[in-house]
This record gives sequence, C-alpha cells and structure tokens, in this order.
Amino acid sequence: MNELLLPHEAEVVERVNESPTIFTLRLQFCDQSKHARYRFTPGQFNMLYLYGVGEVPISVVSDPQDDTLFDHTIRAVGRVTRGLAQLRVGDRLGIRGPYGHGWPLREAEGRDVLIITGGLGCAPAVSVINYVTRRRQHFGELVIVQGVKHADDLIWAERYRRWSTLEHTQVLVAADVGNTLWPWHVGRVTDLFSQMHIDPRKTIVMMCGPEGMMRIAVDRLRERGIDDSAMWLSMERSMQCAVGRCGHCQFGGKFVCRDGPVFNYAEIKVLLSVRGI
Amino acid sequence: METGFLPRGRFQGLLDALHRAGYRCFGPQVRDGAIVYAAVSASEDLPQGMRDHQSPGYYRLERTSSLRYFGWANGPQALKPLVFAPHEVLWRARRLPDGGIEFSTEPPSTDKLAVIGVRACDLAALALQDRHFLAAPQSDPHYAARRARLFVVAVHCSDPSDTCFCVSTGDGPQASAGFDLALSELDDGFLVESGTALGAGVAAALELEVVSAEARAAAARQIEAARERQHRRLPSRNLRAALFANLEHPRWEDVAGRCLACGNCTSVCPTCFCHAGIESPGLSGETSMHARAWDSCFTQGHSYINSVTVRSDTRARYRQWLTHKLGSWHEQFGRSGCVGCGRCISWCPVGIDITEEAGAVCAGAADE
Amino acid sequence: MTPVAAGYKPQVAVHKFASCDGCQLAFLNLGEDLLLLSSLVEFVHFAEAGPVNPEAPVDIAFVEGSISTAKDVERIQLVRARSRFLVTIGACATAGGLQALRNLADGQAWIADIYAIPAYVESLMSSTAVAQHVKVDLELWGCPVSSRQLVAAVRALLFGVAPVEERDKVCMECKRSQIVCVMVAHGLPCMGPVTRTGCGALCPSFGRDCYACYGPAENPNTQALTRRLEGLGIAPAAIGRRFLSINNGAAPFTEAGLRLMHDHD
Repeated sequence: MNELLLPHEAEVVERVNESPTIFTLRLQFCDQSKHARYRFTPGQFNMLYLYGVGEVPISVVSDPQDDTLFDHTIRAVGRVTRGLAQLRVGDRLGIRGPYGHGWPLREAEGRDVLIITGGLGCAPAVSVINYVTRRRQHFGELVIVQGVKHADDLIWAERYRRWSTLEHTQVLVAADVGNTLWPWHVGRVTDLFSQMHIDPRKTIVMMCGPEGMMRIAVDRLRERGIDDSAMWLSMERSMQCAVGRCGHCQFGGKFVCRDGPVFNYAEIKVLLSVRGI
Repeated sequence: METGFLPRGRFQGLLDALHRAGYRCFGPQVRDGAIVYAAVSASEDLPQGMRDHQSPGYYRLERTSSLRYFGWANGPQALKPLVFAPHEVLWRARRLPDGGIEFSTEPPSTDKLAVIGVRACDLAALALQDRHFLAAPQSDPHYAARRARLFVVAVHCSDPSDTCFCVSTGDGPQASAGFDLALSELDDGFLVESGTALGAGVAAALELEVVSAEARAAAARQIEAARERQHRRLPSRNLRAALFANLEHPRWEDVAGRCLACGNCTSVCPTCFCHAGIESPGLSGETSMHARAWDSCFTQGHSYINSVTVRSDTRARYRQWLTHKLGSWHEQFGRSGCVGCGRCISWCPVGIDITEEAGAVCAGAADE
Repeated sequence: MTPVAAGYKPQVAVHKFASCDGCQLAFLNLGEDLLLLSSLVEFVHFAEAGPVNPEAPVDIAFVEGSISTAKDVERIQLVRARSRFLVTIGACATAGGLQALRNLADGQAWIADIYAIPAYVESLMSSTAVAQHVKVDLELWGCPVSSRQLVAAVRALLFGVAPVEERDKVCMECKRSQIVCVMVAHGLPCMGPVTRTGCGALCPSFGRDCYACYGPAENPNTQALTRRLEGLGIAPAAIGRRFLSINNGAAPFTEAGLRLMHDHD
C-alpha cells in the first residue's frame, strides 16, 4: 500500500464563523464511495491538507452517525490554520484519517459523564456532548464544565445555554475575565468544581484543554474521590505523520497520534506532572 | 552458517557475484576524510589499510601498511540513509483548472542494493528501524521497498574505536543476525558465513576454500580482542525507570550548558527516526510536492504546537533525546534505542558522551 | 493575508539601502523562473532590473540593505507606509550587515582613516537592521539570500499564507546531505552549529567551515561553540571576529563576539 499517507480530495460544503478567529468547515469527500466508507469516533482527528501549504491535525467535531458531512472546528493560529481560514464554500482541500483513539464512549455508558474543557479544548469534546445528548438513555448525569481566559473566547455560547436546559444536565462555565453580558462565573473554572453534581464512584471524566488546566483539574477531582482510571485526557503534541512514525508527538513512550490523543490518566500520570516532556 | 574461506586476492569475486545478481554495490570508501558508504565496483575502491582514530568530537583517518579492507570502526553513516532516506518525496498534488486537487503517490525506489562492510551495531539498528517503519497495520512503503531489496554483507568488527560500546549494549562486535553474508577479515582473506538462502546462493558462486582451524581460531581471537578493547559502557541495558525517576536531575541543566542543540547526534544515530513533513510548491502553484526530511528532537520545530514550543530549551530537548533513546524505547520497542555505535560521541562537535551523561543521571541504577 | 484573486498580479517592489546588491541578484539569477515570476507578480520598482517607481504602493516590498544614513531613516518609513507585506532580504537589511561593525567601533575615526575629505560622507554613526526602524513581516537571512528562499516566500504569499521560517541549524541540512563534518573530521572552526540553515550547507559541502552568513539559528549556544573553538587552538580574538562578521549586528553574535573581545583586551 503506497497510499498510506496520501490525502483524499474533499470539498467545503458549508463554513461557519464561530468567532473572529474560530471557524467550522463542514466537509464531504469528493469521491462518494470514499465518503460512504468514512467512519470515525468522537475524539479522533483527521489530517487536513491545504494545497501547497501543508498538513495540520484537527479533531472531528460532528456526530459520527451524521453521514452527510463531517465537521472540523479550527482556530486560526498557525500558518496552515490561517490559510484554512480563507477557504470558502466549494473550495477543495485534502483529508486523510481518521487517526488515533477517541473518547471511551463504551466505558461511559451507564455512568455520570463529566466533561471538562478549557479554551478551544471544547472542540474535541463537543462531539462527545452531542453524542451523549442524542443517546441520553444510555448515560447518567451529564456535567459540562468549560473555562475560557476571556469571555469573548467562548464559542458556542448558545449551545451551552441550550445544554443547560436539558434534564440531568448541568453546565458550568467560567471566564477568567468576564464582560458586561457574561451570564456565567468570572474566575477560575476550578472554582466551580465544588458545585458539580457528581457521584465520584460512578463518574467518568473526559478532559481537554491546556495542560496546566488539566493538571489542576485532575488534582481537584482526585480530592473528590474520583479514581485515576476514571479520568480520560485528550493530549496535544505536534503531529506530522499521524501514523506513529515521524516522532514529533512523543509523550514519554507514547505516540499521541497513535496511542492517543485520548489517554487514561493512570497511563500518563508521571508524564503530565513534568513540564517540557 | 560457515560456508568457507575467500582468499584476499579473490575478493573482487564477491563484488562481481553481487553485480551479476543485479545488485548495485555500496561499500566503504574514503571521502572527505572519513569512511562513508558509496558505490563500489572494484576492490581497489575499498579503504585498504585505513584505520581511524576517534574520541569525543574527533575523527581522523590514518593510512597504514595493513592489507585489510575493514580494519576500521564505523564512520558517520550507518545503513540508515540507505533505507530511511534523509529526504524523500512521499506524494504530489496538482491543482486542476476547476479548482480540484489531484493527488498522486511517489513510486518507491526499486533499486537492488548490496551493502558491504556493515557492522553488528548497525544491523541491530536496522532491526530497530524495521520494527518502527515496518510495523503493522501498515508498513512505510518507501522504507519497505528499499529494505526488501537490500542485501547485507556484514563484517565482524575487529577494530572498534575509542567511542564504541556495543559490548555494553549487547549488540556487537560480532554480527549474529540480520545479514545475508558475514565476513571475518584476516590478513590473508575472509571467513564467509551465510545468514540467508539468498546469501548462501551468492556464496556458492564464490568457489570458497575450506576454512582452516587456525583461521577459525584467529577470527575468534580478534573478536575477543575487539570486545576487550572497549572501555565505555552504559550503566545498564534498561535505564527506563532510572531516567524517568530523574526528570528533574541537575545534570540536564549541566549538559544543556555544553550542548549545541545542533542535531548532529540524532542525525548520525542509526536508530533515530524523527522526520518532518515538508511541503514544496512549485513557483507556478500548479503542482506541489510533499516530502519528509530527517528532523531532530533538538530543533524548536520538533515540539511546536499552536504557537507554543513544548520543549523550548536545550535542557528539555537533551532530556527528550536521552530519556527516549535509553528509556521510553523500551516501552515502544522492547529494548533500548542505543546500539553502542558511539557515533553520537565522535560526531558531537563538542564531544558530549552519552555514556557519561547517562551515568551521571542514572548514578546507582542497576538492571531493571 | 488572503490568496491572490484570479487575474490580479500582486505589485512588488525591490528596494535597496546600504548593501552590495548581491541579494537582488537572487531574483535576477532565477533564470527561466524569472519569466514565470514576472507573469505572477508585477515588479513596479526594481531599479537593478529596470522599473523605477519607488513611491508606488505595493503588496510586497523586498528590502535589501541596512539603514545607514539619515535619508535611509526617512525612506524606510515611506517604504513601510506603501507596502502591505515587507520582507527584508539578506544580512544587511536583517542584521545591519558587515557595515554594522562601525556600531562597535569609532566610526568617525574609520571614515577619517579612509576618506580624503571625511566631511563628504553623510553616514550615520550606526548601520542598523530594518526591523529597528519599522515593522518587518518576514526576515530572509543570508549573505546573499538564495533564489530558493525568495521563490518560496513569494509562492507562500501568493497562496495567502505566511512563508515558512527556517530557523534550524546548518548541521541539520549538512547531515541530511551526508556531508562529512568539517569540524569533527578536520578540526575546522565551523560556525554551523549556531548558524541558521537555508544555504543548503554550501560551504561544508566544499570542505570548508561555515562562516555564519545566515545569522544565528534559534537557540544558539554561542558559549559552548566558543569553548570548542578555543579547544581547537583558535585565539579568543579570532573566535570573536567569527561572530563579529557578516551578522555582527544579530544580538546573539554581538554578545558572543563582544564577550570574547572584552575578555581578552
């Protein structure tokens, strides 16, 4: 198979501006049979190729059962993502994937699900939230905790409001810096941890965001009696090949692209506690 | 399997047999003051009588009156550049007039290559690169193509350098596996062993002589001498626990003060596999080429994500290299990533010695 | 940045300040690609090649040369004001060039030593990088820059993305090219381990030592290299001069060089 690393042509079917720097591309493979065969699980990622510029790993945020389109929510921060931001409906790009291991949805069934995200970390987790809300009977309580630096950074405010109206669903949002219209907490997201309605014995935690935030969150959750093996973290490292070969994503002995990006906390405990690993 | 004795005067017969079998032959040659692998067609191309002097950050050749072709320790190259190319085009993209993008794969190399003079350390390294690039579910097509057409003529190492420590890692000086043919070089000729049916086939064409008991004993003696000559060693073959227990050891800061973070160690390392994706669009914009190129955990780009460099200083980069090479390799490949070739010591411009650094960080560590 | 719309030819200017013109040659040496380049962009100002219109507003301005006179100080402001994307090309524009050596000496005395009528020389006492005067969007290092760098930068800008910044050390490229290390195998005082890649390890490929014409790489350990060069038997002042050469105005090299000069005064 010489096609291991070869992208497939895809088309931008819809484009949504989420914030001044965050946008969602809704995509479809140009080859219909390729599109029909494409399957992913929440938490997995694709490599997006911008013609003549390069590739970048981005998690899939849409629902795995939606077979019409798959979505990528992207923050324009590097040269490739800033370039992707310029794509319009009808434009083409390359896609290969999906890669990695997604969230432990099977393990989560029948348990309370606590989702903690920071910054744009919410993107990989939104697919899980959608997944759970659409299959509500399979899960216990759903607690969604999201922290942002600045109130303006929160995307999908409308979705958070909507989720907060669902039964057995608690939404806790915080911004380090608020603004006049900010309806949620101003301060550290970890301030809100005491308000979480969770039963530590039957809770599964899925976390995504800056490593510093995840370190603190893990400590607080352990204090509340949540077991190490009940916490799952989506890690981020440079990924260039996505198949465990290029070596950039190494996190101790793990290849984040292949062994992750979602890891059980017990597996990466030592590594997470050290900076610059 | 021992197949016989090849008198020195008939060494050309081996090259001819390989050529006849359709192989391009690569062998050691002196180039720009070092022994490197390059195309050979005649035995005169080989570095007869050459010997090396190596020490941390130092490499020099000296011509002697010895008749031997292989009386030296490894130069800067391993087999790595011949199977995992320093720069390799993976695929191409073409912009179509309607805005579409057409992708095409780059056909892998179909060259049949025979490499002569490969040492035990480099065979151990090749086995590790095989595990990395050929791992399921999908092997790397470019590596796999080169690897499948590679014929290895090993030479048991008789002359390790001051920087060699393959005895300590258990990978040499005698080649034990991974070769098609293996040679023990004596003054008057070569003991020939075959390791594969392919190798036995080539050996059969050489009309080898019967090996004398003296020759066999001499070959064994020189391996023993090579073993005894080595004085550097790692504290243990498995330093994983010791390294990961010492991630905040002051030695990391100390070595960072000496390290140039230039990436020479990772480039000459026969097992380092990191590579970067490189996009090269043509000026017209109508086509673009996607390649991979050797990268190093000592570069800033290696750990760069979303405007953050995870390993921003040399302390973190050197720690990444050493903890991976001697530590997390065990987790990934079931053994250390170091085969004791000593290249990272000789070819480090400032002569940093991996055995010394590992010794300092893991002082007191015993085998796990 | 946005990708270039079909049919629109971005307007390009190539400005010269205090320099030898060598970097502009990287355009002229493109050969056939120069014709292709001219079909993709419109050179509205490029005195060395013909068109002269320094005041035209442009999409991309390439600036060669350092800021060396009072007029330069004013002119670079105008160039910036009329350019959407400003690229410095070469050591002079990016680090002040060889002529920045006068920043570290008594420039007035040098002028007096050389020129019969020093009063005719209207230079500032310093030669500085363009970035010390105006915002620079991209720096291309090198003495001179290579055609490959220019083409890559233009191509990226035409695609509407930032050009790739090459910051690795020369050693990375040297080893990818399988060149035998001139420092280890020949004891040459190679600057490769602290110097930015981009030249294709040109000097080592001819068996000579890198003399740092592409300026400092990221994370350069000038002290460790200094100790190594001392170990090769090179006098501190001679090592200092290797740092205080073409890119003497680049901070890591200025510091390393001055340290050596002062320590051994």
